[in-house]
Amino acid sequence: MLAVLIYKLILVFAILGISLVVAMYSTYAERKVAAFMQDRLGPNRAGPFGLLQPLADGVKMFMKEEIIPSVSNQTLFIIGPCIAMTTSLMTSAVIPWSSDLSINGTSYPLQVTDVNIGILYLFGVVSIGVYGIMIGGWASNNKFSLLGALRASSQMISYEIAMGLAIIALVMMTGTLSLREIVEQQPGGHWNILYQPIGFIIFIVCAFAECNRTPFDLAECETELVGGYHTEYSSMKLGFYLFAEYVNMFISSAIISTLYFGGYNFPFMHELGLSPNMLALLGGLVFFAKIFFFIFFFMWIRWTIPRFRYDQLMNLGWKGLLPIALGNIALTGLVMWLTGKIN
Amino acid sequence: MAQEINKTTTQVEEKQYSTLNLGPTHPATHGIFQNILTMDGEIIVDAVPTIGYIHRAFEKIAERRPYYQITVLTDRMNYCSSPINNMGYHMAVEKLLNVEIPKRVQYMRVIVMELARISDHIICNSVISVDSGALSGFVYMFQFRELIYEIYEEICGARLTTNMGRIGGFERNWPKTAWEKIDKFLHEFPVQLDEFESLLIRNRIFMDRTINVGPISAERALNYGFTGPNLRAAGVDYDVRAMNPYSSYEDFEFTIPVGTNGDTYDRFVVRQEEMRQSLSIIRQALTKLKTLPDTVYHAEVPDVFLPPKELVYNQMEALIYHFKIVMGEVPVPVGEIYHAVEGGNGELGFYLVSDGGRTPYRLHFRRPCFIYYQAYPEMIKGAMLSDAILTLSSLNVIAGELDA
Repeated sequence: MLAVLIYKLILVFAILGISLVVAMYSTYAERKVAAFMQDRLGPNRAGPFGLLQPLADGVKMFMKEEIIPSVSNQTLFIIGPCIAMTTSLMTSAVIPWSSDLSINGTSYPLQVTDVNIGILYLFGVVSIGVYGIMIGGWASNNKFSLLGALRASSQMISYEIAMGLAIIALVMMTGTLSLREIVEQQPGGHWNILYQPIGFIIFIVCAFAECNRTPFDLAECETELVGGYHTEYSSMKLGFYLFAEYVNMFISSAIISTLYFGGYNFPFMHELGLSPNMLALLGGLVFFAKIFFFIFFFMWIRWTIPRFRYDQLMNLGWKGLLPIALGNIALTGLVMWLTGKIN
Repeated sequence: MAQEINKTTTQVEEKQYSTLNLGPTHPATHGIFQNILTMDGEIIVDAVPTIGYIHRAFEKIAERRPYYQITVLTDRMNYCSSPINNMGYHMAVEKLLNVEIPKRVQYMRVIVMELARISDHIICNSVISVDSGALSGFVYMFQFRELIYEIYEEICGARLTTNMGRIGGFERNWPKTAWEKIDKFLHEFPVQLDEFESLLIRNRIFMDRTINVGPISAERALNYGFTGPNLRAAGVDYDVRAMNPYSSYEDFEFTIPVGTNGDTYDRFVVRQEEMRQSLSIIRQALTKLKTLPDTVYHAEVPDVFLPPKELVYNQMEALIYHFKIVMGEVPVPVGEIYHAVEGGNGELGFYLVSDGGRTPYRLHFRRPCFIYYQAYPEMIKGAMLSDAILTLSSLNVIAGELDA
């Protein structure tokens, strides 16, 4: 019992550390990707190739003066970024990072916990995430922040519905809510993307909206709302908001890979003839490769296309994605009925 | 305006509107101007722009300065295309003095004015892309604005506030590197222009964001006194270069692009096409220049054009002229003229009244942005906050022209 507890603690801290490091270097990667797309050099002063830039930024964030506006609701003003950061880190608990490692006959799952309602847990936590932005924007007592918070909350609530419906089609197909089982149903190259392409497109669009990334970055679009919901924030509280965005991006990429791209599965994995432990390690690497690809995809989109207007965003969510998601459910049901999976 | 505010407040008395200060330090108000918006959620119910938020009293300062010292004031009006302002002012004074300008100088002026127009349009269009959220196109275009500034540097030594040229011509002949850089620009810029355009012009999100955003009909635009690309986007083919040619624009062939709706998208497209026309004008000017002697860079007007320094040190006449010009003792006829050039943003006019003294009796600048800004509240009423930002950047309102 104690051994399991210690193992879980180590795993929790490892995953927390990995999430934070990946998020930290996503900020660096974002600037490098932007620089690459815009014929610039990007950060290259701190350390070799500017690799220490995220550390320098972190130190800078901590050293900055912390300003809490006198007209703000101070308790809520502090709670806002805490919620945003906490919820973004909580989701990593249910993600299966790789298949089990077995050392001396004991099996060590590379997943903090295999909740049998993993998807529901994800949705629950992500929905709490909107409170971080809403409370922060409202407590600042600034009109730009309030507008940003309004936009963020209505956007996240609308897109969660389409996202949920896209997942329902997937759940119908897989018959489980556990993320581990979903991954294990996609051995080798039999990824869900092949069976659920429409669902995947809806899901990734909604993931962009949930992460507040371009073209859905209306909550903080600097040309209209100055800084959106975090206009009044400074120091590490601002850092928390910005950081939470990158953690969210990392987790979203992980979820996309898990649900639609086979998680740690990769084609011809069983033909290689490797031992299960080697396969687990390789699977973990492949999983991270998929995650990094999607993080790059997020950045690629951000530096390419313009953003939506508020009403267009709502139209897309309610009039575009929602009917398509419903149609996708019907289509999935029809195909399952025709192929005899249900009767 | 006051009547309309009253109307909206009485119509729905229970409804509460919020007031939002857009500017003076808002990131999308490029420059310093203030807009007090009355908002119903995201919808703009009413807008009150504060005109004259910055005021530098250029027209009054001009009344106290000798003619050649006024050029530096014109730099600071539309600082995105200051050479046009400089040249326009020089031409206005030359019109007053009745000076004949050699063809070569006129063509050189055309080249530099068209470069300035391109740089002005680069700023406007790339800022539209930034304000709509697409950041990369901005950087692609600004590389070439930098190249234009390098050309300015070769010609006159300055970049932004150029103070380029003198009354009667240019202060010196252009160096070889200036011509080389112009060739480089003509060679490389069209490729980048096409790439930038392909990023946005058929992008569904960009089209949704700009089409029918901030529209103005041709009639309303004319009533307000719109000129330049903003009027042409509304469908009126008025261009000072064609209607009232100056600096030998009649020697060039170019088309005037016009839009139909006068919305943000049309303004964007019109400016894109105008950049192509400007490139063609520069090319024509370069071929025309090849046939002219390449040592002429100013008119023979010793009364107003400073003699070279060697002559000032060695010749009595040159010393006298130098002294008189620097002290502002230039004979100027009594008269009243209006000279307009097609600025980067519209008709830039100089209304100059002289009583024969050493300074103008009155100098009025017709600033196109000053006029666009009057129409701004009408154009954004009922629109959303995001539209207001895009409309402002597509009108290309430059704060330097607002202080009248």
